[in-house]
Order: sequence, then C-alpha cells, then structure tokens
Amino acid sequence: MKIPLSWLREYVDLPAVTAHEVADALTRAGLKLEAITSYGHDIKNVVVGEVLAIEELSGFKKPIRHCQVEVGEAAPREIVCGATNFQAGDRVPVALPGAVLPGGFEIASRKTYGRLSDGMICSEAELGVAESSPGILVLSPGTPIGVDVVELLGLRDDVIELEITPDVGYALSVRGVAREAATAFGVPFRDPADVTPPDGSGPAHPASIADPSACDRFVLREVRGFDPAAESPLWLRVRLARSGVRPVSLAVDVTNYVMLELGQPLHAFDAATLTGEIVVRRAEPGETLETLDHVVRALHPEDVLITDGSGVISMAGTMGGLKTEISGETTDIVIEAAHFSPSGVARMSRRHNLVSEASKRFERGVDRELPLYASWKAARLLAELGGGTIQPGVTHAEAEVEPVRVAMPSGHPGRVAGIPYDRETVVRRLEQVGCTVQAGGAAPAGGIAARLAVTGDDMLTVTPPSWRPDLTDPNDLAEEVIRLEGYEKLPSVLPAAPAGAGLTEGQRLRRRVGRALAGAGYVEILAYPFMGERDLDALQLPADDERRLAVRLANPLSEDEPLMRTTLLPGLLRTLVRNTGRGFADLTLFETGLVYRPDREAPATAPVLGVDRRPTAEELASIESALPDQPVRVAAVLAGEFERSGWWGGGRTASWADAIEAARVVAREAGVELSVRADRHEPWHPGRCAALYAGDVLVGHAGELHPRVIEAYGLPPRTAAMELELTRLEPLSAGPVQVSSISAYPVATQDVALVVASATPVAEVEAALREGAGDLLESVRLFDVYTGAQAGEGNKSLAYALRFRAADRTLTAEETTAARDAAVALAAERTGARLRGA
Amino acid sequence: MSNYDPVEVTPLHADELARMRDDALDAIKAARDLDELKQVRLAHAGDRSPIALANREIGALPPAARADAGKRIGGARKAVAEALAERQAQLEAERDERVLVEETVDVTLPWDRAPRGARHPLTTLQERVADAFVAMGYEVAEGPELEGEWFNFDALNISPDHPARSEHDTFFVESVESGKVLRTQTSPVQIRALLGRSLPVYVVSPGKVFRTDELDATHTPVFHQVEGLAIDEGLTMAHLKGTLDRFAEVMFGEGITTRFRPNYFPFTEPSAEMDLKCFVCRGASATPGNPPCRTCKSEGWIEWGGCGMVNPRVLVACGVDPARYSGFAFGMGIERTLMFRHNVEDMRDMVEGDVRFTLPFGMEV
Repeated sequence: MKIPLSWLREYVDLPAVTAHEVADALTRAGLKLEAITSYGHDIKNVVVGEVLAIEELSGFKKPIRHCQVEVGEAAPREIVCGATNFQAGDRVPVALPGAVLPGGFEIASRKTYGRLSDGMICSEAELGVAESSPGILVLSPGTPIGVDVVELLGLRDDVIELEITPDVGYALSVRGVAREAATAFGVPFRDPADVTPPDGSGPAHPASIADPSACDRFVLREVRGFDPAAESPLWLRVRLARSGVRPVSLAVDVTNYVMLELGQPLHAFDAATLTGEIVVRRAEPGETLETLDHVVRALHPEDVLITDGSGVISMAGTMGGLKTEISGETTDIVIEAAHFSPSGVARMSRRHNLVSEASKRFERGVDRELPLYASWKAARLLAELGGGTIQPGVTHAEAEVEPVRVAMPSGHPGRVAGIPYDRETVVRRLEQVGCTVQAGGAAPAGGIAARLAVTGDDMLTVTPPSWRPDLTDPNDLAEEVIRLEGYEKLPSVLPAAPAGAGLTEGQRLRRRVGRALAGAGYVEILAYPFMGERDLDALQLPADDERRLAVRLANPLSEDEPLMRTTLLPGLLRTLVRNTGRGFADLTLFETGLVYRPDREAPATAPVLGVDRRPTAEELASIESALPDQPVRVAAVLAGEFERSGWWGGGRTASWADAIEAARVVAREAGVELSVRADRHEPWHPGRCAALYAGDVLVGHAGELHPRVIEAYGLPPRTAAMELELTRLEPLSAGPVQVSSISAYPVATQDVALVVASATPVAEVEAALREGAGDLLESVRLFDVYTGAQAGEGNKSLAYALRFRAADRTLTAEETTAARDAAVALAAERTGARLRGA
Repeated sequence: MSNYDPVEVTPLHADELARMRDDALDAIKAARDLDELKQVRLAHAGDRSPIALANREIGALPPAARADAGKRIGGARKAVAEALAERQAQLEAERDERVLVEETVDVTLPWDRAPRGARHPLTTLQERVADAFVAMGYEVAEGPELEGEWFNFDALNISPDHPARSEHDTFFVESVESGKVLRTQTSPVQIRALLGRSLPVYVVSPGKVFRTDELDATHTPVFHQVEGLAIDEGLTMAHLKGTLDRFAEVMFGEGITTRFRPNYFPFTEPSAEMDLKCFVCRGASATPGNPPCRTCKSEGWIEWGGCGMVNPRVLVACGVDPARYSGFAFGMGIERTLMFRHNVEDMRDMVEGDVRFTLPFGMEV
C-alpha cells in the first residue's frame, strides 16, 4: 500500500517528523515499511508564468514557438518552445535559468533555433507528475503569476509504501493508516469517512439482495448530467499515480480515489446500460460475463454477481462487466458501494484467477458501515469535478448482522505478554483501536467460542469496531494492546524447558551417514525432488517397475518434471553432469533425502477435517493412509578417478566396487554388515550390479550404471552409483556393540589358494570358508585373484589369508591345520573349490 | 711340575703382543666403511685373530708367567674392542648421515590422491540449529514432506478462503481437491507434535518445504525452514523473545541486536517478526545520507523469521485446552540464515550442487 504523506497529513496532525520517522512508527505498530519514494524534492526554481505573445518560427522540421512569458520579474522572459497546445494568455509552469527538474536536469539560458531561450515551459512529464504528456501543462486562468509551482501543485511529497498483512484490510486505505499513525504519535485523527449525506428522499436505481450470505449491504447512488469530457484535475491524477493507481478517466479515477482514501471499493455503472432492478445473487447454470479486461468468463454457481434485467453485469467486488462500463459518452452514473462476503469474493477471485484492488480489500474485510458514506463522497466528487448533479435519495439494501462481542479478563493481554498492563491501559488501547469496552461479561456458551473463552477476574466485554472484522478472539485483543504498548518493551526471559532426550537413533544415524560419506570423499548435494517420465526412461526402468508409480503434482513448475522422485538417482546424475560440464572430471556425490512411493491401494484423497476439536484416531488415520510412503534414502554417484593420478603415479578409476564400498560405509554406520548378491536391476549394468542385503532384507543396490543410462544422461563412461533405503536399514541395526575380551595369545596364519569356476561368486566361497573354519578363525582376507593358465580354463584361483587365534591358549599347528582343512572342505562342498595344485 | 721344560712362547712376548694390538688398531683406523670394519673385526678380534691365537698359548707357559701374559692379552683385547666400538659408532654415524641425506624428499609436493568430501551447509546448518535447541531441552520432531492439507493449512487456522492460503503458492498433489500438498512450511509438524506427544511439548523441526516460486537469486521452489514449538503452562511472549534472543546469539554470536515487530500469521496470535540488526552496516544505512547497504537493502534490519503465541484455535484443533496451556512457535528460513551468516549472495549456488560451493564447508557450518 502506497500512501503519500501529504494525504496522510490531511487526516492526522502529525508533528514535524520525516517520512522515515512516520514509517518507523508504523512499522512498530505492524505496518511494515517497504520503501519510501521522494517526489519533487529535487525541483527548484519553477514558477507560474503567463504567455504574453507567441511568434511562430518557420523553416524548421517541426513547429517552434518563440514566446514572451511574464514571470513576475522586471521584464518578460523569451522562451523557445516546441509545444503548441497553449495560447497567449495561458498560465504555464516556467523553469527559469538555474532551475532543476526531476533527475537533476538543469535549465540554463541558451541560443536555440536562432533565438535566445531564457528558460523552459514545462509539461507534466518534465515536472515528474506523469510518465508522458502530449503538451505543456496549462494551469487554470486565475493562477497567480510568479509563485512556486512545486508549492502550488503540491508536487513535493514522500510516498510511504507499507506491507499490509492479510488480517488488516482496513490498513489498505489512507483512513486506516492515518488512524494507526494518530495512535502512534498520540495526536488526533480526523475520520475521512465522517461525512454527512443528506437524508435522501426515496431510492435511487432499484436494487435488492437475493442472497444475504453473499452480501449484507448494497448501496446505490446516482449522478446525472455528468460531462463525459471532463478530465481529472492534476491533483487527483498525481495522488492516484503516486499511490500506484494509473489514472484512467474522471469517473474511474474518482471511484479509485475514494477506495484508496476510505478502503471501500466502488463500482460505477453507465445508467443508460442498466435494465431494471439490480439484484445481488449467485450465478445460475451456464451464465457468462465478459469482464472489463475483455475476457468472457464462465461463471460458477457460487460466484457472487450483480445482475439486472439483462443478466449478469458485474462480478461482485472483483471486476465489472464490459457492457455496463463507463464510456466516453456516459452522462448518468450509478455508483455501487457494497459489503460482500469476504469468502465469497475470495473464492471467486481464486476460481477465476482474478485479483483486483477491490477483491483484495473485500477478501481482507471492508468496513461494513462505509457504503453509505463512501458512495456519498464519490457522488460529491463526480458532481464537483464532472459537473453532474447528485440525484436525491439512495438505494440501501441490507441484511441483519449480529455484532461480534469478545469477553476477556482485563489481565489477559498482560498474561499473554508476560508483563502486566493495568486495566486503564488495556481499556485505553482497545478504545484507540476503535473498540467499545464495557465492564463485566460472561464467557460464550457453546461452539468454538466457548473453547477459546478466557475467564477470570475483572471481565471486560469488548465490541470491536466495524472496520476490524479480524478481532474475534481474546488473543486478538491481547495483540492489539501489546502492539500498541510496544513489542520492543517486552522483556526477554528464557524459559526452562524440561530435560529432553536428545536426538533419536534415526536422527543420529542420518548425521553419522552424512559424516562417514563425506569422510570417505563424497560431497553432499540437495537436489530438487522432482523428476519426469524422461528420467524413468533414461534410467531404463521396465514398464512394470515399481519406481514408475510416482506421485504427480497438479501444478508442477516444469511440465518436464511433474513427478515426485521415487529414487534419488535422477537428481544426483543431473548434478554430476552439471559439475562435469563445469570442468570437473573426478566426482563423488551423495544425497540423503525422501523418496515418495505411493500405494496403489491408498485412497485418492486425504479428508480435510474439522478444526473445532481434536480429530479422532480414525480421522487422523484416514489422512495418513492417503499419503504416500516417504522413506529416507541415501544414494551416491561417482565418476572419473576415485584415487587421483599424480606425480606419485597412476590413479584408480571409480568403479562398481567403490559404489558397493560406499554402501558398506553407510551400512557400517547403521551397525549392519551388508551381504552382496549379483543382481540385474535397472539402472545398473546387468553384469555389474549388486543387490545389497542386510540379512534377508533387500536394502539397496550398487554397481556400475548401464551404458544406456550413461548415454541417456550424458555421464562420464563407467559412472557408478549406489542407493540404499536408510528407513529399512535402521531397524536392522545390531544395537550397541558387544565387546569380547581381546586375546593375548599369538596368531596363526594359513594361506590357501582355491580354484573355483569363474562364475562362482567370491562372497559364497568366503562365507563357506568362514563357516567351515569355525570359532578359531579371527579373519579371512582375499588377497589375490588369478585367472591365468595355471588356474585352468574357465576357472579362477582365489588366494586367502586365514588368521586363527584362540582366546585361552596358543594354537598348535595341528589345530590350525585342522581348522583350515575344515574351511577348505566346506568351500569345496559348497562351491566346488579345490586347493590349487591339489 | 718337576720335569717342566721351559719353551720359548714367542707370541706371548710383550712386544709381540703390542705389535698385534697396533696392527689391529691400524687396521681399525684404516677401515673405510662398515663392511671393511667387519673384515677387520674378523681378522683382529675374531677366533682366528693373532691375539686369540696367542691366548691359546697361555697354557704352555709356566704357571708363574701365565698371569702376566694373561694380563697383557686382556689389555690388548680391550684396546682393540674399544677401538672397534669407537670406529663402528663413527662409521655408523657417517653412514646414517649419508643415507638420510640421500633419502631427502621434497615435502612440499602436493598430495590430493584421495577425494575430498563435504556435507552440504544447508544440512549442517539445520543440525546446528537443532543442536542449539536440543541444548535448551528441546527434541527434534519430524513430519512428512508430502502432507495432508489439513495439517498444512486447516489445523493451523488457515481456512480454505484465507488470503494467506493463496499467498502460499502451494504445490498440489494430483489435483487441488486431493487434500494433499507438498508442505509449504514446517508448521504442520507443530500439529503432529501436539497430536502425538504428551504435554508439555518443546520441539524444534528443521526440514524441506515447497512453494511454486521459480528459481532465481533470491527464491527457490524447494527450501528449508526450522520450526520451533513450545507448549506449557504459563508461557508468554517474553519467553518467546528470550528463546529467540538466545537462538540468535548461538547462530550469530554475542552482541547481535534483535527486534520484535507486529506481524500476522494465522497460526499465532499475537504474531511477531523477528528482525536482526544488520551486521554489515550495523543499521547505519537506514539513515538517509549514509552509504547504502546491500545486505539489508538499507533497511537497517534483516527479517529473520516469524513467530508468535500459538493461536488458541490451533490448540483447540489439536485437543489442547487453551485455558490451561499456552505456548509459542517460530519459524526461520535456513537458506536466509546461511546467506546472512556466510555471505552467500545467490540462492542458486545453494541448490545447484556445484562442488566448489559445498567443499569449503567441510563437516560443520
């Protein structure tokens, strides 16, 4: 909301303070300063002059005039001017030599078109009051010569732009802001709505309210004999423009002016286009309206409409119809001022995606008592400026509205604030807001009001003013008292919370996983959780893959990515490509975040429950069951060299093995030992894909990506990836580590080389060795894999180091050998392994 | 002993032994390295050395002469052993010196063989915020990102027609009528905490939220907030202010100046905005005539987050008796906090995942 300070000062006797001081005070009261714009402070030495004589110069490409202009000095000034919209005898603004115009543009005497030009005759644009102007500004004939134009036209002003929160619709007006400013500075406030319309005889244009839920007050006044050629005076146009409203025509400008001043949206109809009685009602099936913006709108049965005998003529409080618009021929005007249902206007505005200055105000609450006065102010201005006459009488339809009363103890605001306010302060502050305060009062008997009731000693019954429909609860009143007393005066007291239990195991795990991966060389990213079908195809997911069942957004930011991710990989792969494109070849990235996995069986909609009580367990479950499963996952991608090459020698390219190791790093933090099985699972390379199990539970996959995935995303060759579901891993944690005593007896080492078929998974051989070796085995480590001729065609040779140790004795060679033989025997039985050379 | 035949035993003569000893000492002295010294040791102190051989002859001497000869041999052996030890130490020191010099490397060579990792500062900042509140006794509460509309709006006193609802630029799931949205704020976690925990409740909830803003230097459709909620008997706005003052100190250091000013949120009443005095210009830029400040846009203050006393209507919707319990809630933008705290000028840097942005943050923020 932009408020020219000059307009504000008309209704508040502000002391000699700067615009910044006013804005600071308003900010403290809750109307936050957005910006201050100063106008006219840089204009100097522009005075009123009278054009005495005009000499048309010829021989130039455009008309040029050499004028004699009387500016109240000893002699007239000679001024060359290119505009032609004035004549001798006109009073005009003259910038004298040495004058400064907006933007620091300085005026000096100069020779031009062969003549001396001793100043400049100014247009509105040159004075900074319009964006463009066709000619120079001709002032009214009686304007005194020689006076300062800036003073005369009130061009010097500061405009305070305020951020108005949705609860305080009244502050979308000079009236509302002036009231706050008056309170803030402790000075009197003159209500601009304090006008006295005459007691009219009889109604104006007939009207009625057919649906009292849509409108509870509807007022019409008429002005006849209006001059359609009449233009808005400069002061009106300047005020509108500085308030951010584009001047259009006198009739429209007047309705906008009154709206800005009072906060009451008005609509003007061309009386000649109206047919019969005006009725406020909801839409009927199939109705349409072409609005002022030339859009034909199909109306919804709940839309609130202004209609006449011909049908719909306006969308109430939102936008008028084209047919009944004020035109260049309109002489008779019907002014509408009404109080429409805030939710009715809000829904209509949202349904039609149509936000206007009027709808913004109705949605936020307009003073129900304004229509009679605002319509009178508008009619008076139209008559004054447009030469019309106000028809006696007014049409006034209304529905009864029960005023809101709120009861609370006088101590309530202090108990909310944490600092006591005496009764007198509470009452005075509420009265400054416009409330009527009476002693006594009983708590309301039923409904939500009873649940919100605050009782105690010294009850007050407060009736909020008509312009504050937002004040309905005791805490609303508490806020008024506290903010006017000053938030800055609130003490700062740290409460003592009860002892908490710290982070949960799951929260700790997520932190550990992040640290472990970062420690292992991975850089965390936070990608947007959106994806498209394109991603699912690029990942080579089969048609029946569960990850294709994704949540779809109704209004995605990009039509290419309307889905919520079912895997973390698309975001990671795109980020990898982005980094590659920026010149980084060796990349290791990870992300921890939610994936969204809908259930085919889940209900399509989550019910919207009531808010007047705690929902039942069943009601809450009905919401939960409609939400998709949202497990936490962690995924990593890697490309380029995992170990860099350098002066020390060659590096090592990131591979499927690093991806599996990244998964192990994560699992280790969860206290889970992963077992690895070969798998075929998109988007991984079918021969280089590991399914990762914790016991029998599949927790994720890792390996090298499928070459087609690499091609589809434009990834570096051999890019590898892993993805694990932390939510599945977490409950499988072994719990706190149990320590067995550390044996001080010596270790016995036995190496074995086993020959197995090439296709035999090493993990199975190792598992058999472990199991076969029994309790004496301390560790088993594969230290070589050989596939040469000596292993035999189609075979591989695995070299293992087995370490044995007992807790209570030094092992004998016989014991160690027996354990080794048992290990080999079980490996032979399970995997067909035989000792190399045997 | 009567038939003793005295034989002349030449090697045991004093001058002969002295010669052997001197030969040995000369040889020791002449040894140029440890290998030569080893040969010298063998030749002059070994079992077959002249002195050792001479020693064997002692038995041939008449008993009276044995002690004397033994003493001479002992003296010679000692002198040789000492000389060997000395030379050994000397040569070892020389060798060590030479070898260690040969092994000298350029310790200024770079080493970046292993990849360097880092956590995203938005993650670690959320953890730091959580830690600040956990230290005050709060617990960390969580909720889903794809949320029921009732949790995100209605229960928070944002009715379907409320202007605040359209200001939220909500992502709707499947359709606008599905009752499901991407949460626009972390506030629905307040509702979940009140429904799921026993009173009193002190929780903090960092997390991801969504609004349909296009990505630019100051907006991102996916961002992070931290929500705080305290519901107890007798909590007041003064407690809210005390809590946030402490929080600001933890995040920005001692001496940070805060300001409360009235604002509006449907789920708090009274509501306030918490501003921080600009720590770049210290508020000076707000005075006309002073140089402008980019950080606070010359407002002198930086909006940090919204807060207020939990609206009793929210308590009613969660079955909490507002006559007995009151409390406060607050919410701050993690991205904004990171921008202020670490001088990040462009929001896009936080979301693009460029490793150059993230690496300097390391493990903590």
